[in-house]
Amino acid sequence: MKEEVKLMKGNEAIAHAAVRYGCDGYFGYPITPQSEVLETLEALMPWETTGMVVLQAESEVASINMVYGGASTGKAVMTSSSSPGISLMQEGMSYIAAGELPALVVNVMRGGPGLGTIQPSQSDYFQATKGGGHGDYHYIVLAPSTVQEMADFVALGFDLAFKYRTPAMLLADGIVGQMMEKVVLPEPRPRRTAEEIARQCPWAVTGNPSDRKPNVLTTLELESDKMEVNNRRLQATYRQIEQNEVRYQEYFTDDAEVVFVAFGSIARICLKAIEDARGQGIKVGLLRPITLWPFPTEEISRLANRVKGMMVVELNAGQMIEDVKLAVEGRVPVYHYGRMGGVIPNPQEVFDATLSHFPFLKK
Amino acid sequence: MKTEIIAAGFGGQGVLSMGKILAYAGLIDDLEVTWMPSYGPEQRGGTANVTVVISDKPISSPVLDSYDTAVVLNQQSLDKFEPKVKPGGSLIYDPYGIHRLPTRTDINIYPVAAMDAAMELKSAKSYNMIILGALLKINPIVSIESVMTGLKKTLPERHHHLLPANREAISRGMELI
Amino acid sequence: MKAEDIKLDENKIYCRPTLLNDTTMHYCPGCSHGVVHKLVAEVIEEMGQKDNAIGVAPVGCAVFAYNYIDIDWIEAAHGRAPAVATGAKRLNPERLVFTYQGDGDLAAIGTAETIHAANRGENIAIIFVNNAIYGMTGGQMAPTTLIGQKTATTPYGRRVDLNGHPLKISNLLAELEGTCYVTRQTVHTPAAVRKAKAAIRKAFENSLAGNGTSVVEIVGTCNSGWKLTPDQANKWMEENMIPFYPLGDLKNNSQK
Repeated sequence: MKEEVKLMKGNEAIAHAAVRYGCDGYFGYPITPQSEVLETLEALMPWETTGMVVLQAESEVASINMVYGGASTGKAVMTSSSSPGISLMQEGMSYIAAGELPALVVNVMRGGPGLGTIQPSQSDYFQATKGGGHGDYHYIVLAPSTVQEMADFVALGFDLAFKYRTPAMLLADGIVGQMMEKVVLPEPRPRRTAEEIARQCPWAVTGNPSDRKPNVLTTLELESDKMEVNNRRLQATYRQIEQNEVRYQEYFTDDAEVVFVAFGSIARICLKAIEDARGQGIKVGLLRPITLWPFPTEEISRLANRVKGMMVVELNAGQMIEDVKLAVEGRVPVYHYGRMGGVIPNPQEVFDATLSHFPFLKK
Repeated sequence: MKTEIIAAGFGGQGVLSMGKILAYAGLIDDLEVTWMPSYGPEQRGGTANVTVVISDKPISSPVLDSYDTAVVLNQQSLDKFEPKVKPGGSLIYDPYGIHRLPTRTDINIYPVAAMDAAMELKSAKSYNMIILGALLKINPIVSIESVMTGLKKTLPERHHHLLPANREAISRGMELI
Repeated sequence: MKAEDIKLDENKIYCRPTLLNDTTMHYCPGCSHGVVHKLVAEVIEEMGQKDNAIGVAPVGCAVFAYNYIDIDWIEAAHGRAPAVATGAKRLNPERLVFTYQGDGDLAAIGTAETIHAANRGENIAIIFVNNAIYGMTGGQMAPTTLIGQKTATTPYGRRVDLNGHPLKISNLLAELEGTCYVTRQTVHTPAAVRKAKAAIRKAFENSLAGNGTSVVEIVGTCNSGWKLTPDQANKWMEENMIPFYPLGDLKNNSQK
């Protein structure tokens, strides 16, 4: 067991986890701060072992459409990029969602807008959780905060994607992508066989319709009534996901007067601030959403009944705070502390901002 | 036991890999570790830094505002991180190229003439291992054995002949304290 | 032969390819797409590839290709068919994977995907129908629209100073190391149809043999977009299109 503990970057962990998951194909384009995903895959040469395809595409537009093509055939395929590249992928994401295709997309966020910076950010929260491309759609968004979760969420993301026939996104940032930590890699599992794909994905465009009618994967439906039916089917899936797949983690919330809400690496900076505050007898806690969509609305609503306020900390100008406020419904004050442009706040800064909004916490 | 370290210097001085060796040794000693680099253009000649946390308990934040130990290998890093050493903590610096010396009195300050030592050893590449030796003498966070095991595991076989030189550099660093 | 014997199977000399669905096509009368669809269906059938083919449909007039040819299809976003086909083919290397694209899809919005798929030598076939206009959206200028040609967005004719030059994308693709076969054909006479069919077959055979990317450009008509009768359109094509887009093989390394 001890042998299996590795020290690696979050980006490297994703690559290893993908191969071990039995991923069929990765298509990607280099962009800082996530290029190690493609680099690691190329170094691992999984085509020699599991048969996994790895291809450096000419652009993120091509990458996501290669994913679309591969996913259409029932294969477990993925891509990864960082913010500007993910913007380019939005067209393809909309098609993949509309085509009800399982796929995994990793966004190791950097600061924007525009070309922005290569330093960490969480400013793609809106894009990731509200759809991002054109049309009414969602996809499952998982927010890893450790290198271990970077590895674990690859399998979780794929499994959920196949369960609901929807794309899933790992929404990470430059911190958790670039940092090294201990990680226990998942047990390798074999890639799905053609028979398993035929059984699990009867919709797949396998190119072998011998014992079925041909499958057509299209997102086009010019008749409005039928297109509305397609939309209703998507929405029904989303309601199911909202009901079954909300994931979050709470720390010290039992007796907390003020609860932080933060995701990904920033949740860890908050946790450090909380540890320090607790050392001074200050009762603060943390709710860390693991799924950003579906959002832990109910749990936040429940907390709003017994805390004095909430502090949303993000690497952006205030995005997730909108969902927190929708959950709190005005019952307690909700404040935001955020840094932008790749600046990472330190625990003290987070703590000071919290005290300024909630002076009663001062002992 | 938890040690929070920042190592900073010019790109090419080997601070990131020194941090990595330290983190890897922590892993071998069955401790929790995080290694968080500054990344990007800094890696190519500018100022690079890495935050390493080694603890016997799970580590919350990989990003910190104060450090138990700061290893600073150029003036810029000294200016930036001297104020961020916790009272009672340690500041390790190489006087080579330093014109404004550290001034704090509430921390332990260790000048380590590692550049001179590396030149004596005729091995510029051993620079960061000399620094590591000094660091481990001051604060034996991980064992030298684990450092060497880690090096052996992470270095490709063709570089294994360099292991004795690395061990020597660590010893040299320890002697400088 | 008595008149009623004409119905007997042994006297049948031509029939609808079994892979061509009995669906009314949305193509305008006189459009080349119907013939090209028929050829694709015939070739797949004759090669015994019905249970081994994946078609990738474009955005443009051929967007509904999947309604007409009875095989597995993926409908791609505009211009992305070569990338979609790359994904499908790389993950299913034994399959016959082909794209069916128009000039706007292949040579404007999808130029990057087309060139890079071809440059990688993806083992796919690209069926490219070039009618020098955007038919589906109502007759706007295409990258292949000729100088002086009137379209909805070049109402006074395409001008070099405003719109640049018509793009001979197949010539460009023929220059790439990854392509094994690039040819330009038409389907406006029975003889041309036979040659086009042979070209499509060669392209499909290349894909299965792993020779690299094959491109079959079909210079076609769009009598609706050109505002001509089908007959006039054929004539206009012969007089204007073919001199600029000369027919024949631009590259043939099929015998690898």
